[in-house]
Amino acid sequence: MQCQICNKRTATIHLTEINDGVRSEMHICETCAAEQGVTAQSQMSINELLSHLLASQPSDDEMFGPSEKDQVCPSCGFTLDRLRKEGSLGCPADYKVFEAALVPLIERAHNGKSTHCGKVPTKVPTDTKKFVELSTLRRQLEEAVKAEDYELAARLRDQMKQMQ
Amino acid sequence: MELRQISRDITDWFSGSGPMSDIVVSSRIRLARNLAGHRFPGSCSVEEKAEILDVLKSVLLSLDLGDEVFYLSLDKESELARSFLVERHLISRHHAMASGPRGAVITKNESFTAMLLEEDALRLQVLRSGCRLSECAAQIDKIDSMIEERVEYAFSPRFGYLTACPTNVGTGIRVSVMLHMPALKMTGQIEKCLAAAKDMNLAVRGLFGEGTEAASDLYQISNQVTLGVSEQAIVSEFENVIIPEITEYEKAARKQLLTKQAEALDDKIARAMALLQNAHLISSQEALFLLSHLRLGLNMHEHMGVSTPAIERLCALGAPGPDRHRLSIRTINRLFMLTLPAHLQLNYGQPLDATRRDALRARIIREALNPQ
Repeated sequence: MQCQICNKRTATIHLTEINDGVRSEMHICETCAAEQGVTAQSQMSINELLSHLLASQPSDDEMFGPSEKDQVCPSCGFTLDRLRKEGSLGCPADYKVFEAALVPLIERAHNGKSTHCGKVPTKVPTDTKKFVELSTLRRQLEEAVKAEDYELAARLRDQMKQMQ
Repeated sequence: MELRQISRDITDWFSGSGPMSDIVVSSRIRLARNLAGHRFPGSCSVEEKAEILDVLKSVLLSLDLGDEVFYLSLDKESELARSFLVERHLISRHHAMASGPRGAVITKNESFTAMLLEEDALRLQVLRSGCRLSECAAQIDKIDSMIEERVEYAFSPRFGYLTACPTNVGTGIRVSVMLHMPALKMTGQIEKCLAAAKDMNLAVRGLFGEGTEAASDLYQISNQVTLGVSEQAIVSEFENVIIPEITEYEKAARKQLLTKQAEALDDKIARAMALLQNAHLISSQEALFLLSHLRLGLNMHEHMGVSTPAIERLCALGAPGPDRHRLSIRTINRLFMLTLPAHLQLNYGQPLDATRRDALRARIIREALNPQ
């Protein structure tokens, strides 16, 4: 995202202002922030980072349908409102229960990605393993094409075909 | 094991050895894991926490971790002991300050820690001196696989290893390196370099949290993206792109100091020596700041063959006779770590107020840097 002031550098500071219930957002780079007298906290914990991400999301009503907003995890009683306040989830089942609301948030925190790629526990069913391995290969294939390494891309494509 | 058995010397990851150790002080990898069928620690009742702790403790203590292992119930340890563990980077500040049942399994050589019931049920950590991320990755993967044979981790085909905070989900891996970059600061280029690191989706922190990076010139750089990229790809990017690029900046800045600001460099080293050799009260921040200059001087001598008048005097410090070793990076790091507040108090045997800590710190440093 480009800085809204200089339109050159990457915006790394995201300001959300709420005035009389009207929400406005501003995305600016550190240089322009300093010029505007905005100081950024240099030591931001992961939870703070998440809270900021959450704060810059649309409001509950805009983001989630009424059913999601009021949804409660049957396993731990967690709600989206608590996620917004605390920055962390209650139990593993929350990822399934609140999946629709979590995906945009996860994508923002992980550079647009929302699918696992990497190690898989040995105990998980073969189908799960295959799913993750295929996702991993797909990701590697995209990177090989981006790097114009077509030899590697062809090998990865063949590997995927074999698996499918 | 008594903490005093390890508190009188530096931990191996801070020994100043290993590849690229003139800039890369240490390499660390952490993995976040949770148990299937259990809540994340922040939402657990005390009973559920105790249950998870029992399972993980018995699993961890049954593993062959290649070294003697000790277990600490952190809820039963003193605040001083917990601060000491934070100073040695054996547990996180969050783990030290939390409440309720929680623990840590630590190998005696301090290269491995398992934090039990931190933000996630299990946080594994491997630490090594110098640039040795591949070794860390191999060791932590091996330990993680051994644990996984005995417990069922919370895992989803789509999101990978499930963590309390969605910013850690996926691989749950946090790769970080501790870099000593005093020349970039002296030449006024550090902010530019750190901004470039942030643009690469990396997090930059100081050695002991807010404010300390400016004092010690030690910066911890770590990945923020844990989902959609494999563990190997993250480690490989650090080894092949991030570390070479950042260390090149620091090396260029060190050369620039020599060619354009040699007198200023010598002045900083000479002043640091004079203060450390003579001060009677010295704060932790000041000690970190001055010792950083000595570390730079010694590293420039050892790795770049630099010999300025101040560096020559620095290298001869603490070496009055043929039997004594010349001043080493290990000694500098030892002074750095052993004069941190919790280390000082633990080794002294009782709590000390700030003034008495400053006096004790100054005495330890004076004795080490002045020939007997």
